[in-house]
Amino acid sequence: MDIPYTVKPRPDTGLYNAKIGMWLFLASEVMLFGGLFSAYIFLRVGAPAGTWPHGWLNVTLGTINTVILALSAITTLLAWVALKLNQFPRYKVFHALTILLALTFLGIKSYEYRDKFLHFEVQLKDGRIADGHMVENKRDADHIVLHGHYVENRAELMDGHTKGKEHTELKIPRADIKRMQNYGPAHNNFLGIYFCLTILHALHILGGVLVIAYIWGPGSKMWFTDPERYTNRVEVSGLFWHFVDLVWIFLFPVLYLT
Amino acid sequence: MSLKAFHLIFVTVLSSLWFGCGIWKLRDYSATHGSGTLGFGIGALALGVATLVYGRYFLKKLKKFSYL
Repeated sequence: MDIPYTVKPRPDTGLYNAKIGMWLFLASEVMLFGGLFSAYIFLRVGAPAGTWPHGWLNVTLGTINTVILALSAITTLLAWVALKLNQFPRYKVFHALTILLALTFLGIKSYEYRDKFLHFEVQLKDGRIADGHMVENKRDADHIVLHGHYVENRAELMDGHTKGKEHTELKIPRADIKRMQNYGPAHNNFLGIYFCLTILHALHILGGVLVIAYIWGPGSKMWFTDPERYTNRVEVSGLFWHFVDLVWIFLFPVLYLT
Repeated sequence: MSLKAFHLIFVTVLSSLWFGCGIWKLRDYSATHGSGTLGFGIGALALGVATLVYGRYFLKKLKKFSYL
């Protein structure tokens, strides 16, 4: 027995099964990301003056990633168009490009995360704060080495746009350290919501890549047996991909540019 | 809604992002005079124009495709 409406649209909805399923799924995704965006707004509005960081993220990398995702949306559309026009080899090229662009996005994001986990704020017993990237942190050594600078209080670290003091190698004895913490999710509310939103987004990218890679690779046999249904699969994966790209278009200005 | 319609929404939002960023950074430049701000502003406006040009091309090319 064949499942009805896997290829042809249902007369009442005007959509085939997979498309209506994807739109229902995307509706739930809007609620998920909408809730987290609301959390961001409440955290930011509720933050005491001067405690919400600005300019902590690399705008150049964020912009490059925005362009990469925009290009991947174009390639996924062109892949679908190629199938509609019965051009299977062209489809293969465009969908392969989508996968490559997505992996590049994830690579850049991983580099950004690594940079944050290597960035430390070290509170000293004399009240000063050393801020910079960890160069040396051997467990048995009596000191650590940071590439950074000293500030008198945390407020000086909040505005990343202003050019601070020149960064130098700082050798800090462990005995002088009161507290040391990297710029991970536990550092403050901004980094907490930044990691939460961007990791969730990155997981969606990863999920999308896995599905697209399956459709592009082993799943592409369907093109030779049921081309219309295969084209629908590519369209539905494209809908998900466009949604993930749209989420990033909102994340980029909110997190990187403000 | 088909992928074509969703792509049109995507292109509209993307061009709004670039134009918004461009205008914002150029206004910022008048206060800060930072070369990075000016570069970002001009770059964002250029990307906005490129997105609009692509949008026109895409609409022409996919004239026969349904929005549903």
